[in-house]
Amino acid sequence: MLELPMIVAAIIVLALIVYLLTGGADFGGGIWYLFATGERKDAQRRALTDAIAPIWEANHVWLILVVVLLFVCFPPAFAAIMTALHIPLTLMLLGIVLRGSAFAFQSYSAGAHRLERRSARVFAIASVITPFLLGICAGAIASGDIRRLESGAIDTNFISEWLQPFPFAIGALTLALCAFLAAVYMTVEADTAPLKDDFRRRALWSALATGACAFAAILLAMRDAPLVWTGLTNARWAIPFQLITALAALLAIAALWTRRFHLARTAAALQVALILLGWALAQFPYLVYPDIRITEAAAETAVLRPVLIALALGSALLLPAFVYLYKIFKPGPSAHTAPSPDEAA
Amino acid sequence: MEDLLAARSQMAMSLAFHIILAVVGMAMPLLMIIAEGRWLRTGDPIFRELAKRWARGTAIIFAVGAVSGTVLSFELGLLWPTFMEHAGPLVGMPFSLEGFAFFLEAIFLGIYLYGWERISPRAHWLAGLMVLLCGTASGIFVVTANAWMNAPTGFDFIDGQFVNIRPWEAMFNPMWFTQCAHMVIAAFQSVAFAVAGIHAAMLLREHRNTFHRHAIAIALPIAAITALAQPLMGDLLAKATAENQPVKLAAMEGHFETETRAPLRIFGLPDEDARTTPYAIEIPGVLSFLAYGDFDAEVRGLNDFPRDEWPPVAIVHIAFQIMVASGMWMLAISLLGVFLSWRRRRLFTARWYLWLLVITAPMGIIAIEAGWVVTEVGRQPWVIQGYMRTADAVTPMTNLVVPFTVFSILYLVLSVIVVYLLWRHVFQSPDLDTLQTLKDAAPPASEPPRADTPDTSNAPLPDSD
Repeated sequence: MLELPMIVAAIIVLALIVYLLTGGADFGGGIWYLFATGERKDAQRRALTDAIAPIWEANHVWLILVVVLLFVCFPPAFAAIMTALHIPLTLMLLGIVLRGSAFAFQSYSAGAHRLERRSARVFAIASVITPFLLGICAGAIASGDIRRLESGAIDTNFISEWLQPFPFAIGALTLALCAFLAAVYMTVEADTAPLKDDFRRRALWSALATGACAFAAILLAMRDAPLVWTGLTNARWAIPFQLITALAALLAIAALWTRRFHLARTAAALQVALILLGWALAQFPYLVYPDIRITEAAAETAVLRPVLIALALGSALLLPAFVYLYKIFKPGPSAHTAPSPDEAA
Repeated sequence: MEDLLAARSQMAMSLAFHIILAVVGMAMPLLMIIAEGRWLRTGDPIFRELAKRWARGTAIIFAVGAVSGTVLSFELGLLWPTFMEHAGPLVGMPFSLEGFAFFLEAIFLGIYLYGWERISPRAHWLAGLMVLLCGTASGIFVVTANAWMNAPTGFDFIDGQFVNIRPWEAMFNPMWFTQCAHMVIAAFQSVAFAVAGIHAAMLLREHRNTFHRHAIAIALPIAAITALAQPLMGDLLAKATAENQPVKLAAMEGHFETETRAPLRIFGLPDEDARTTPYAIEIPGVLSFLAYGDFDAEVRGLNDFPRDEWPPVAIVHIAFQIMVASGMWMLAISLLGVFLSWRRRRLFTARWYLWLLVITAPMGIIAIEAGWVVTEVGRQPWVIQGYMRTADAVTPMTNLVVPFTVFSILYLVLSVIVVYLLWRHVFQSPDLDTLQTLKDAAPPASEPPRADTPDTSNAPLPDSD
């Protein structure tokens, strides 16, 4: 029988996946803004900000949803994470504030050119730092170093839990995934063939970087994150799951190679979703390994049930609105049938 | 700086910063859709231009507000993990609902800001309406969670644990309605006065500019209605406070002795050691009447409560005086405005009244900050009134003065940039020639504007985006 805490945990994982696929790609947009190069540098940057502008605030809210669900439904886990990871989370918050504000400032600079340029740079740099720190926190939670004592107090020196090779490898992996997603999305959204090619090259390179980071993370996990290592190698579902993820990755690369960009976008999104899902399965049934399990940390049923009802009712309003937003600003293949001047030429 | 003080300062600073952005994000959509609605009805392109320009200002403030709100949701845990561990499930219902309301607000604001030429005018106006509704709902849910900290209900307290949680009872706690209504009115009131004041300043420079007249004609009625309603709502909130947080009420009034026919104290500087409030104008019986609706009712004074459960009396009392004084000032300005517009529409030609509007522009914001100090400082030393002390809720993390300093500097810089950008946007408002071009380019009022006609109305402006 499905228990309520498991359902909430599944919703949290789902929200994290959507956050990585949408908000993560926005971070990736900032990364490519920073590393815009070549003769079409300005065109790349314009395409990136145009793609991000209408949607980033909505994409960003998935993170807030995760935080709220965590403190409402799993308060001990929330308290443990917020206590032990105070430093990287605070740094991440600085990144979030700088990035969001700077993006708004450069969009609405009212002709203040110096402010516009500086804001754009701050936006780009913060877009690199923020997902890296988010990844560090995720890695620290899985590594098993955040310990909750019998008394409920958190045994932490605020540093050794996250200042380790494994969390940093996960940080790098997160960064690579964001960059990869953004580049792949942009192969669809950029409106000229040369721009599409620019992002195609970036997508292929970041696919390679993602693979390298994932490999490094797995090697480090063997020593530093036994839970993830066992989950990803020994569990019954592990090998088939890894195969499917690898297939999605290969499909994404092949589609990029042959310029089937819509297919590449689907495959890349699937690949990233599977990576996160695999991580969640490997960490099951722990919220914070090894002292806080999903069932033990859950709030009373009297709390979970109405929250789930509110989630269901809220989603009935939210999801159509979210789809509507994307329909307006991210039209599907049918709306893209008219070839752009460059493609026609 | 002691860690507890640093944590409290960081929370206070973050909230003080966020609350302004939050109320602007809540109230500006009302002004935007009124302007846009009048454009849809009359075809007068000035209203469309007004809505567009207000939307730009809102966009800047909403973006910074969204991220500073994210900071707050993390800071609840980063600074007060013990509080969140116990209170999380109890304030969970309003916070979850707030999550959804805010989500919808962000979605529809994206559609509103960037969808001018992509969806029909009617759909666009409805998107603005959704921003307004969701923003207001989101504000109500947040204040509901705060009201629970003032009047905690919906649980049994056994062995220091909050058990048998009843989420709906916690949400609809005794303070939620009065606190929310007071805050929602304050949001619309402060923003309407700020907008009216800014456009009044511009009108003083170019006294024939219809753009600013249109703007004031939208903002001022909202300002007047809310300024008239607020004292009534404030009175209801004072009564709820008297019942649920008698210590806070006593501190607000600088009221030390428990007495019948308690006087209302205007001004005054409470002295905690002497247990008196000198320099106050005392009006006998009025506090009893305001708190309990009876001039002879007994009002409990601070002396009735243990000394270590007093909030900092002077801060609470002075903040309360500032809030009430600002409110009274705004009430007077509103009555004057009603009188002027009733007397043959002299509103826009009376320069002295425009000057008064300029002076009044920051009053609402000042009142909100002061009122929030009353609410939060007035609850000290408790984080959950009567159940958990703030000192017991703080994180074991040390050196909290570092993040406090960093975030303070960051927010200071952001404030300067936001004000600078808003100022630039305001001073690029259309001059008389541009307005004439706008009018000439517009279709006659009989033909409703259509989404698929090319948008020429925005073209000649210097900063059209």
